Amino acid sequence: MNIDTQGSNQQQNLGSTEAARSSRRHFLEIFLGTSIVASLVSFLYPVLRYLVPPKQTELGPDLVIAAKVGELRPNSGKIFPFAGRPALLILSADGKYHAVSAVCTHLGCTVQYRPDLHEIWCPCHNGVYSIEGANISGPPPRPLQAFDVIVKSDDVYVQRPQNS
Amino acid sequence: MSATTNIRNWLDERFGWDELMSFLRHKTVPIHRFSYFYFLGGMTLFLFGIQVVTGILLLMYYRPTPNGAFESVQYIMTRVRFGWLIRSIHSWGANVMILTAIAHMFSVFFLKSYRKPRELTWLSGMILLFLVLGFGFSGYLLPWNMLSLFATKVGTNMTAQVPFVGHWILVFLRGGEDVTGATLTRFFGIHVAILPGLATLFIGLHLVLVQRFGMSVPPSVEAEVKAHPEKARELRFFPNFFLRELMAWYVALAVLGSLAAFKPWELGQKADLFASAPAGIRPEWYFMFMFQTLRFLPANVGPFAGDLIGVLGFGLAAVIWTCLPFFDNDKHGRGKRWITGVGVFALAYFVGMTLYAYLAG
Repeated sequence: MNIDTQGSNQQQNLGSTEAARSSRRHFLEIFLGTSIVASLVSFLYPVLRYLVPPKQTELGPDLVIAAKVGELRPNSGKIFPFAGRPALLILSADGKYHAVSAVCTHLGCTVQYRPDLHEIWCPCHNGVYSIEGANISGPPPRPLQAFDVIVKSDDVYVQRPQNS
Repeated sequence: MSATTNIRNWLDERFGWDELMSFLRHKTVPIHRFSYFYFLGGMTLFLFGIQVVTGILLLMYYRPTPNGAFESVQYIMTRVRFGWLIRSIHSWGANVMILTAIAHMFSVFFLKSYRKPRELTWLSGMILLFLVLGFGFSGYLLPWNMLSLFATKVGTNMTAQVPFVGHWILVFLRGGEDVTGATLTRFFGIHVAILPGLATLFIGLHLVLVQRFGMSVPPSVEAEVKAHPEKARELRFFPNFFLRELMAWYVALAVLGSLAAFKPWELGQKADLFASAPAGIRPEWYFMFMFQTLRFLPANVGPFAGDLIGVLGFGLAAVIWTCLPFFDNDKHGRGKRWITGVGVFALAYFVGMTLYAYLAG
């Protein structure tokens, strides 16, 4: 480390030992510091992974029976579970079925059908959607996801749109 | 001026930070042949910290209901990433912590560290030991498996032997006449709210007392130092002793991690309130000496029930043990011989009965 060790000056010799000592100390400090940081990372990593919940696989079927034919009066709606989330089945005044996701696109409240307005309404922040799910007024930024409705014998089936 | 110095000055101006921290600079640890025993208290405290952290993590997924408890622990062990690690460290850590707490107690006892003025330090430590045993007993039930269900039935049944208030304590602990889902909810509340609150309080008191009186030096070393004052050696607590303690903590953590990895804590079978007790029902090892004693006792001792004698005997022994420092008021400060004898007997009884229980099966 020190080239000038041949000098007989004791002062110089002392200085060189001191330099060696301080560089050794420096090395030890870095060694200890990185070891501690590395071990802390190895403690924190499992904890962070632990806190991330495992993915839920039970999404449910893509096709459900939402209601019986004749269960809904015209101009009324019904909440039913679809793939683990609430969905809304509406029988319009002119006798047509509509099915949309009941999760408001604004902040996730569950919407409802308003027979007096003939529209879908979210009570949380007064968001209004058309019967097909298009956002009309209020804060909702996007339309509600629409589902396909199939009436077969006595049952009203709802399924995800096949083209998406 | 660097940012750290700035922050330090800011704190110092407002709270007298330097003054608060000065005790760390002045705190020293005496060095002698028994100095290793000074690690046990800090080790127990560290393991308690591990229990707090892993316990809080388990709360993220655990459900304290008879229909959800076993399944949620199963979920933690099998589905949650590193869930097996967190849960096994919590179970193993509990056992190792109780072991170090008991070792700490006996080392303090035989080194006579409880002598004047440290009687209250001993008292707060004994209360902490009872709290830790309470943690162990209440936590054992939470996975809601067969073993824990029957251990809890037996354990709570023992309290019914206490005269006058026994039945009341039993109903209080069980949340009813029998061990049911109500007991699980109750034990959960005791385990995660009541005991942690009390433990925090008493750990604070214990540490303040330890800080107030400094480290005790055993009588034999004290006499040597009195004869040769130049032989007295001390180590600065911070950073010298603290770094050594830190190394011990790392080793403890490595041991816990290895135990969790190579011997993950079992889950057992889900508790069934209407099933017969399976063979091999036994409490955790730290209650084994009491369990074995009760097995030895005949059904009746004179006019009294054997269990009553056992429960009252242990209760009385615990009270005497806790109060021993108040009898050990020897003027020369060396402590009385018979008290050491009591300690030797207690240690031999605890170890002997525990070993016998495991070997005899």
